[in-house]
Amino acid sequence: MEEEAAFSTIADDDAGSTLVLTGPWVVATAGAVDRLLRTYEDPVARVDLSQVSAFDTVGAWVAWRFAREKGAELVGVDDKAAVLIEAVEENRSVADIHAPRAHILERVPAAMGEFVIGWAIGVVQILGFFGAILVSLGSLLLHPSRFRVTSIVRQVELVGVSALGIIGLMSFLIGIVIAQQGAVQLAQFGAEALTVNLTGRISLRELGVLMTAIMVAGRSGSAFAAQIGTMKLTEEIDAMRTIGISPIEALVIPRILAAVFMMPLLGFYSAGMAIVGGAVISDLTLDIPFFTFLTRIQEVVPEHDLWVGLIKAPVFGLIVAMSGCYQGMQVKGNAEEVGLRTTMAVVQAIFMVIVLDAFFAVFFTEIGWG
Amino acid sequence: MNAPHTHTGPFEGDFPIVVEGLTTAFGEHVIHRDLDLKVRKGEILGVVGGSGTGKSVLMRAIIGLQRAEAGQIDVLGHSILASLSDASDDEMRSRWGVLFQGGALFSTLTVGENVEVPLREFYPEISDQLRHEIACYKVRLSGLPEEAANKYPSELSGGMRKRAALARALALDPELLFLDEPTAGLDPIGAAGFDRLIRELTDTLGLTVFLITHDLDTLYEICDRVAVIADRKVIAIGTIDELVATDHPWIQEYFNGPRGRNAQASQARKPAGGKPAMDKHGGEGA
Repeated sequence: MEEEAAFSTIADDDAGSTLVLTGPWVVATAGAVDRLLRTYEDPVARVDLSQVSAFDTVGAWVAWRFAREKGAELVGVDDKAAVLIEAVEENRSVADIHAPRAHILERVPAAMGEFVIGWAIGVVQILGFFGAILVSLGSLLLHPSRFRVTSIVRQVELVGVSALGIIGLMSFLIGIVIAQQGAVQLAQFGAEALTVNLTGRISLRELGVLMTAIMVAGRSGSAFAAQIGTMKLTEEIDAMRTIGISPIEALVIPRILAAVFMMPLLGFYSAGMAIVGGAVISDLTLDIPFFTFLTRIQEVVPEHDLWVGLIKAPVFGLIVAMSGCYQGMQVKGNAEEVGLRTTMAVVQAIFMVIVLDAFFAVFFTEIGWG
Repeated sequence: MNAPHTHTGPFEGDFPIVVEGLTTAFGEHVIHRDLDLKVRKGEILGVVGGSGTGKSVLMRAIIGLQRAEAGQIDVLGHSILASLSDASDDEMRSRWGVLFQGGALFSTLTVGENVEVPLREFYPEISDQLRHEIACYKVRLSGLPEEAANKYPSELSGGMRKRAALARALALDPELLFLDEPTAGLDPIGAAGFDRLIRELTDTLGLTVFLITHDLDTLYEICDRVAVIADRKVIAIGTIDELVATDHPWIQEYFNGPRGRNAQASQARKPAGGKPAMDKHGGEGA
């Protein structure tokens, strides 16, 4: 059965009262008794340890600290207790165990300043990273034998082939939503037939590529950052450098090429699946037969819509892969950093993709590809 | 904690760790077969063996991280294999400290906060102030300067990290301390300092230490007895003098190889007073 640490006071002496400690004074029992002792107000002249049944450094610390606070003398100390008390007394310290933390008035402006400077440095570093990639690509073109074909094929599989299932399903469902919701609105003008135009044009121009870029950022951009970041932590990147392998050439280029090549294919595939989804739902709810829907797509969607999607796709792929690899290369310190950088890679990639998409939308309309 | 901690007194028996007939395996690959080992109370037991002989696996089996295929492991009078999910396990875990090979400090916490983690986990009733005080003296007790308490593990040198990990292992005033190659990767001065620290703490706190090492100096310097693992079992256990007297070829090569001789010679050069109680328990077989 559990015993408690306890103390009792004997106040029969001229020289002041004695606090007699009883029971086990160990880490398991010290918490409760320490609270009582910290609020103990009467003067104590002696602390008697002779009745203590078990003692460890925590018990020793609690008893010693109390005795020192009261200016009391420790009595009834056996050899073992004496050793423990000496150990805690010698090693007492009042160090701060938490990392230093500035006042909020200092911390907030400092954090803002660091954020702004970090942004500026980040822009310069990303430009530098882009430059390093271009230099590497250039030197690879001069020495094509250094191309890591296996590595590229592997990344193509990871970025492209294994994403087919999820991207196909997502696009199919989005096609259904666009066609179905679009039809509801267009029906108010008696223009259900335009559902075909809506689904076809929005899939090929915007949504196919945009949704694919977001999915690739979540699937592959994050993976790039986490892989490269972990390799950074385990000093694999440094090892590569010392052996004379450029990490940009070996790790970054294959990932970027894979993303740049796969994005147009995935984007086109995604648009196709969205159109199929739209056709299926139109067949079921709008009385537009499946194949009629597909034939109408050919008639109503201008060819330049396809080109708009296909031109945007590799740019988005480049952004997603670059931010993944860049954030991975920035990892240093600890495991938390890998998580942080992975999150940043995905957020940065999606944000940049959407910003660029807005530019592209305005640009293509201006050049008459509306 | 949902169950009260029932241990309020130290373990009274003679053998805090008793391993009998232990068999462990990874799939088809058998690591230990019928391994027996008894660790005496209050001793520092060195565990040696070639790479891959399962020293760390034995330690992991004893602390319940590695499943045993067969056999019996009693730690502080409780069977480890019988109950791996009971509340009594938490109680057991509060009675031993483990120093992993790489330190295994939590990288997002400072050294002091690392020491606080087991205290917070096992004894939430301890007030913040007392916990802070305990963490501070444990850091100092492990031979770290006061300033190290609020540093992150990544800001410390290898030797300091080992000491910080030791401080965390000692956080709950354990009766048993498991050390996996504590001096590996330390410079000779740091390693010698760490050896001394372990010896001092063992004597001060009354610990029983299970120490895996490749470091011959550590063996000569601080171990009361040494257990040799080879051929999937403990082939010999005793003081170094006793081991050297056996004629097993691996033991002979280990202690009488060039490095063994050096360690032995440097030990012999020491003044008699600095020699730890090597033969305190000598002469009796396990």
